[in-house]
Amino acid sequence: MEFLSDIASLINSTLRISTPLVFAAMAGIFAERSGVIDFSLEGKMLMAAFVAAVGSYYLGNPWLGLLLAIIVCVCLSMLHGFASVTHKGDQVVSCVAINILIIGLTTALAAAWFGQAGLTPTLNEDQRFLEIHLPFADALRDIPVIGTLYSDILSGHYVFVYLAYLSVPLVFWIVFKTSFGLRLRAVGENPSAVDTAGINVFTMRYKALAINGVLIAFAGAHLSTAVNANFFREMSAGRGYLALAAMIFGKWHPKTALIACLLFGFTDALQIRLQGVELPAIGEIPVQLIQALPYILTVVLLAGFVGKAIAPNAIGQPYIKER
Amino acid sequence: MVSPILELTNINKSFGHVQANKNINLKINKGTIHGIIGENGAGKSTLMSIVFGLYQANSGSIKINGKEINLRSPRDSIINGIGMVHQHFMLVENFTVLENIILGFEGETVFGEKLQKAKEDLEKLCQTYNFNIDLDATISDLSVGFRQRVEILKSLYRGAEILILDEPTGVLTPQEVDELFKILRSLKDEGKTIVLITHKLIEIMDLTSEVSVMRQGEMVGHTKTEDTSKEQLAEMMVGRSVLLRVDKKEIKKGETIFKVNNLSVKDDLDVTRVKDVNLEICSGEILGIAGVTGNGQTELLEALSGIRKVESGNIELFGEKISDQNNFLNPRMLKEKGLAHVPEDRQRMGLISDFKAHENLIFGYHDQEPYSKSAILNNKEITEYSNKVMQEYDVRPNSPNLITSNFSGGNQQKIILSRELNENPKVLLVGQPTRGVDIGAIEFIHQRLIDMRDKGAAILLASVELDEILSLSDRIIVMFDGKIVGEKENKNVTDRELGLLMAGVA
Repeated sequence: MEFLSDIASLINSTLRISTPLVFAAMAGIFAERSGVIDFSLEGKMLMAAFVAAVGSYYLGNPWLGLLLAIIVCVCLSMLHGFASVTHKGDQVVSCVAINILIIGLTTALAAAWFGQAGLTPTLNEDQRFLEIHLPFADALRDIPVIGTLYSDILSGHYVFVYLAYLSVPLVFWIVFKTSFGLRLRAVGENPSAVDTAGINVFTMRYKALAINGVLIAFAGAHLSTAVNANFFREMSAGRGYLALAAMIFGKWHPKTALIACLLFGFTDALQIRLQGVELPAIGEIPVQLIQALPYILTVVLLAGFVGKAIAPNAIGQPYIKER
Repeated sequence: MVSPILELTNINKSFGHVQANKNINLKINKGTIHGIIGENGAGKSTLMSIVFGLYQANSGSIKINGKEINLRSPRDSIINGIGMVHQHFMLVENFTVLENIILGFEGETVFGEKLQKAKEDLEKLCQTYNFNIDLDATISDLSVGFRQRVEILKSLYRGAEILILDEPTGVLTPQEVDELFKILRSLKDEGKTIVLITHKLIEIMDLTSEVSVMRQGEMVGHTKTEDTSKEQLAEMMVGRSVLLRVDKKEIKKGETIFKVNNLSVKDDLDVTRVKDVNLEICSGEILGIAGVTGNGQTELLEALSGIRKVESGNIELFGEKISDQNNFLNPRMLKEKGLAHVPEDRQRMGLISDFKAHENLIFGYHDQEPYSKSAILNNKEITEYSNKVMQEYDVRPNSPNLITSNFSGGNQQKIILSRELNENPKVLLVGQPTRGVDIGAIEFIHQRLIDMRDKGAAILLASVELDEILSLSDRIIVMFDGKIVGEKENKNVTDRELGLLMAGVA
């Protein structure tokens, strides 16, 4: 029985840990399917975490904090678009600039407003998101299997966890079943074809970036107003890059990107569980090595096991109409 | 007299300092096939891109059916019944035919009923025009000829009354050209108006009823096709009389100096592109390789010139094995043995376009005397040589210090030719020597190649222009899918015979 509850809690934390990755990967899909590289997922996630924490603290409502984070992230995406779509700058450089800007900006603003470099005040229960307990979760807990599945795995998550997994079929539907999705995929493959079909390439890319901004805001808010009750320095901790890797590993497709995010989430959950545990024949594994596991996995998967990931054809290239 | 379906008045367009269109006037009548002919860079494509709304004119007016319209984007043009088939197809390669056609005109937010209706309508259109296209096929699986049909179908589905085709035959086999012309004629019979942009005189004479000639951004003449001739049109295009036929002496064949045995070559994606090719060339002979683009000619030339690895088989020069899968000579060593190479893609491999002309003229020989001495360039010598050779090859403008990319395609090609030919190579490999080159320069380049042959060089000429192969070669081989599918002496061979071989049918 103890083994079963161990598994249940491992799955439970996998779902929670994967949540920001899923949002970020979905955000990445919109940007990159439209032909715009988005390295700045990391920076935007960090900014969203900061803005959501500060907004919730001052406005007293985490939903208003989230709204602010969405507005700020959409603005950042527009900035990326302005540099790399309108002015045809290098997309990677634009992203790196945004990432560096935000690391400094969040630390500095926290210091100016709260007197502590890179730390915002702890949010109370009204100012943050709480875990949602699904109806009858307690009553059903003792039923074998169903109880574990419902009460220990499905119930008791933050709202973002549910939203993240709902966003995947939604993104799939938008990208593959709507005319917007058709145009989105086309503009990342062959912008000239889109232009000659009478659709504005730039508008399409800006729309995709706006959606990207909305989605990434959820990832940040999850970090600072749900799993944690404040913002701290560099709290995104490479999740934006990890999500980008998951998206590439998932070949720019929502379903496979989800699987990749879950895989990364699972190794992370596993490493937390493995810390300090004596393994038979091996003994205790150094913490640092275990913590590196998700990243090692990224490198290994990207380097060899996935096969050639074929990116959208026009990715990274600004659209230049006149010679 | 009815008003023309399309009327352009005083159209001007410039890109930076280059004026691509100067005061263009043009009237196109309904239900005709109207040719627009001119050399590369004459401004034909720019003009038609303005009509399609892709570029906006700096000044001038466009009338359709007598009504002035403002074309801000291709959408405006499409709504006004203008369709365009671009030289490089505007298709998303990993989309299906259906997806490509409805793109931008889906008619619904979420795919459902309208998609079904579009499919039915398209199937009907396909039947009407005998198109035989599978709407669910992915574009990347289709041949070039079929992709072009998809483009035509796309325009028709969007309600085009005027269909503009930009150099539609460049990538087709003669049989595919026949099919295309059949389609265009039947469209004309339905009352559609066709505008054909081309630099091939023969197509104009074959298909059009009226023709307009452009030269250096200006419209230099309009005429009914029946009132003119190829020679007259060529003269209007170039601005002077040109020789359309190559004068060639009887072949004086020497001994075999270049030999390729069972050669196989892979491309960058590890796909075998050249399969078990055997060929030999004698001195004083031009061997032409005909074939549709992408059938292994590029990889063959690259392997022969030492820039691509040989997978199996070997290459012999003067009876000496120079390359096989284990060791091969690099281009420099090959040069020393008397092999020169004029690459297919002159922008990418033939020249460094940001360099000055004189630097490109000696590149590859820059470390030899008299151009340099103990690793220091001798600029005086180089400039003198450049001036001389640019005059000899009629490179215009004759200024060695100009950046190479500022020369026209034909003049860039002359720069490469002068560099490669001046060393008097024994074997010359030439790929697409006249791609994107104007008629005047073509005449010159062809004459140079013939001169080299008469001087006893063995020349391998790969070209997708059948006319070029037929007028220059002594012997012709045809490549299809990496294999040599036919070899013919160039006596009474017709382009039809070659076309069947090129399509892999015969």
